[in-house]
Amino acid sequence: MKPGLTQARVFMDSAAVRRAIERIAHEIIEHNQGVEQVVVIGIRTRGAPLAERIAEAITRIEGQAVPVGYLDISFYRDDIKAAMSQPVVQKTEILFNVNGKAVVLVDDVLYTGRTIRAAMDAIMDLGRPRAIQLAVLVDRGHRELPIRADYVGKNLPTAENEQVVVGLKEFDGTDSVTVGRPAPRRKESLPATLDFNLDQ
Amino acid sequence: MKKEQPTAAIRAIVGGRVIDPATGYDGVADILITNGQVERIGRGIASGIPDDAVIHAEGMIVAPGFIDLHTHLREPGREDEETVETGSAAGVSGGFTTLCCMPNTEPAIADQETVRFVVDRAQSAPGKVHPIGSITRDRKGESLAEIADMVAAGAVAFSDDGAPVANAGLLRRAMEYAQMFDVTLVSHCETPDLSRDGVMHEGSVSTKLGLRGIPAISEEICVARDIALARMTGCRLHIAHLSTAGSVELVRAAKAVGVRVTAEVTPHHLMLTDDLVARDFDPLLKVNPPLRTKEDVAALREGLLDGTIDCIATDHAPHAEQEKDGEFDLAPFGMIGLETALGVCQRALIDNGLADWPFLIDCLTRRAARVFGLNAGRIEPGAPADIVCFDPQAQWEVTLSSLKSKSKNSPYVGWTLTGVVRATIVDGQLVYRNLLNAESAPATARARATTSKTAGSPARR
Amino acid sequence: MTKTKTADTPAETPHQSVSGNAAQNRPAQTDSATDGRLRIRHLLGLEGVCREDIERILTTAESFKEVLDRPIKKVPPLRGQTVVNLFYEPSTRTRISFELAEKRLSADVVNFTASTSSVTKGESLRDTVKNILAMRTDVIVIRHPSPGAPHFLTRATDAIVLNAGDGSHEHPTQGLLDIYTIWERWRDLRGKRVLIVGDVAHSRVARSNIWGLLTMGAEVAICGPATLIPRSFSDYGVEVYTDIDKALDRGVDAINVLRIQRERQGSAFLPSLREYSRLFGIDSERARRLRPGALVMHPGPMNRGVEITSEVADGANSVILDQVTNGLAVRMAALYLLCGGQATPGREGE
Repeated sequence: MKPGLTQARVFMDSAAVRRAIERIAHEIIEHNQGVEQVVVIGIRTRGAPLAERIAEAITRIEGQAVPVGYLDISFYRDDIKAAMSQPVVQKTEILFNVNGKAVVLVDDVLYTGRTIRAAMDAIMDLGRPRAIQLAVLVDRGHRELPIRADYVGKNLPTAENEQVVVGLKEFDGTDSVTVGRPAPRRKESLPATLDFNLDQ
Repeated sequence: MKKEQPTAAIRAIVGGRVIDPATGYDGVADILITNGQVERIGRGIASGIPDDAVIHAEGMIVAPGFIDLHTHLREPGREDEETVETGSAAGVSGGFTTLCCMPNTEPAIADQETVRFVVDRAQSAPGKVHPIGSITRDRKGESLAEIADMVAAGAVAFSDDGAPVANAGLLRRAMEYAQMFDVTLVSHCETPDLSRDGVMHEGSVSTKLGLRGIPAISEEICVARDIALARMTGCRLHIAHLSTAGSVELVRAAKAVGVRVTAEVTPHHLMLTDDLVARDFDPLLKVNPPLRTKEDVAALREGLLDGTIDCIATDHAPHAEQEKDGEFDLAPFGMIGLETALGVCQRALIDNGLADWPFLIDCLTRRAARVFGLNAGRIEPGAPADIVCFDPQAQWEVTLSSLKSKSKNSPYVGWTLTGVVRATIVDGQLVYRNLLNAESAPATARARATTSKTAGSPARR
Repeated sequence: MTKTKTADTPAETPHQSVSGNAAQNRPAQTDSATDGRLRIRHLLGLEGVCREDIERILTTAESFKEVLDRPIKKVPPLRGQTVVNLFYEPSTRTRISFELAEKRLSADVVNFTASTSSVTKGESLRDTVKNILAMRTDVIVIRHPSPGAPHFLTRATDAIVLNAGDGSHEHPTQGLLDIYTIWERWRDLRGKRVLIVGDVAHSRVARSNIWGLLTMGAEVAICGPATLIPRSFSDYGVEVYTDIDKALDRGVDAINVLRIQRERQGSAFLPSLREYSRLFGIDSERARRLRPGALVMHPGPMNRGVEITSEVADGANSVILDQVTNGLAVRMAALYLLCGGQATPGREGE
């Protein structure tokens, strides 16, 4: 889990996360009247294990496996020039055809909507799905684009200067959703400047 | 182009540490000047002289004006890069009162008329300028130039600098001919077949950078050849800009057996090494001979200290900004050096304890004068009052605007150098003063002799 | 008055500690484990580029290879950015590869092809740079016969500069694609022995390979006629051979066969191509002595029958065509990563 939150409040524990995933799985089945044409695609990084868990729940409930894929949206971000840091590019692994499928995109937090916009562009470049639906564990508001989720684990109204941290057992050992304010950053020690002056 | 400027005759330099290697003098003293000549040196002898004819040199070193045996002044032909006047102004601001300018101009200084032209142009320059004539006609390396005529017109030495006289037979005849007038031939030592297309020292750095190399032996083979010819002909041979450990060894061996050979080294070859090129492919570091290795620099310093190398010469080579701002391999060779010589030599020889001030001044004055037989480089009664006063402790930052040379191709821009020339006197006239940093200089050192508003502008003789 | 102390202290050049390619590096600003940005700001050469940066380019290239398998082979990250391909030397392969890479990243592409022969020295690049500045260019890809020409651009412009080959100095994207091709096979280059055969003296491909491979922990050997193999490469930890059989005997996991320029024939460097071929040409007999599974590489274009026989070039071990595909992915990765790092504060997505 990301360190450095102050005034942190825990909104979901692992049981709550489990129940939310279970409910989302049911809703997906119900909404699509079965899972015949459903594929689940997790957005890297934290959407990926959530997608696996949802697919697993669907399989358990329906007795039918759904394909799972992983999508890295780095190449589709609209903030490549603006970002303070550039995320490490990870692999996109979608080993099935999305044409005519109902694609359920999975991510951990829905915030501005820009990631989902990028993910939809990426999916569109892979083919022509029948529909794209969105499942998120947390919707924290503050949308900047006309995007809404079809399946929401928990609506969590937040202030803009707050941070939502989703812990997942695959990465952090335990599941949790925490809201807090980012701790003031320690000033990073500047690297020793390379002095190119001949006169050193 | 006569400017309205009152004369700035100096009649006394007071309170400085006078160092004159020619007489062996080293001590705090006053110098009296009359009619452009040194009259007396002693303590407390300057009373009663009006203050505007006195330089207060407390805390400074007072030395004979420096002599550069190797300057490129670009006139005639490339007056956009440097002229006799601007080069001389750069020289006096760096403490040089005498410059010997190389003949690779356009046209070359290869006949009596061109020698006279330069001598004439020198009349309006703040310092003294002596032309060096070419050895071969138009520097083409094909036939002898009119050496006797040029001697008569004022050429002080002969050289095809920029290129060697590749034809050994022709150089032999040139040496035999020049020897009649007891003038010195200055050899730019390079073997064209070995350095053709080379742009930097050949070694692991050039290998890394993919730049074509100039091997050390390109110079050394030519040094050996020219020494052999000098030995055979008895001609006075001066080897320009020595750059390799092997060359130092060859000159040392030649001197040991009595060959009339002298040699010079540039401040940059005493200071800089080839790996600097790897930082940024900066064309300002492109010189010929190229910057060599640490081992070569150490050998050159040692050669200077043990007397194998006679003197320091700048090889001041101005180039227009557009020619030095581009691709490394396409840029011309050369860097300016008159204004930075003092500071760079101080760092290369004095700050590290290798030498003391009398030694460095000797390399810039008496020993240089001796090579060409110039009437300069000493402070004694009757000698021309060509004198430099500098503050050995004050510092200055080399910036484009601080450089007075018309071209700014110095790799030292951005460096802080120690050693600031405060005043330069030629034939008793104050031709340069720099009291801008007056706070760091003794208050009494403020010369008020010129009316020029801008400190550092040359006054006319 | 003359001190006769020996010059025991060598030249003071403390700046020596700054290793080469200073111009292309920028200070690290964030934690490299979570930040995908490169330490380098420009790609001028592989000398001095750290292992983390090379690995990041390789792994990102792998993601782009996946993109190249998609029905729509184009992604949008360089949308709105202008890339100028400034080619002062004829080059078909590299220019097309760069152009395709730029277009697949959705950049606006301008090609500028010039020849240095027609312009007087020095002026051409300087004046061209002024024009480029006026065009508000974000990225310049330059191929130029002068070593260091890309470094000059970094001094003269604010654009991100990628070296597409500067004289005999470096050709970093070729080096990266060669390294990628080896890395794709083994994932770890440590202890792998790579032999580069041919005209190393005049080869920018060889230099970029050498620096990159050494950084990645590979052992590097070079082999060729003594006239074309500068001994001083051994100063950098490269094994130098003039006998191909000895070089092969030491065990080779990948052999990179350089193109031999036909102009070298009959010069001071090489009496004849026939003799070169006999001494250094890679035929099936020599190829058989590579380690099992070894890769045969060639930066192209090949002189079949001179430095390499068709049997070897088209043989089972050959990865020469893979190199071309990998070149596209590697160039996309380099462009993508270099363009991503303009640090201006902004609100992160989510």
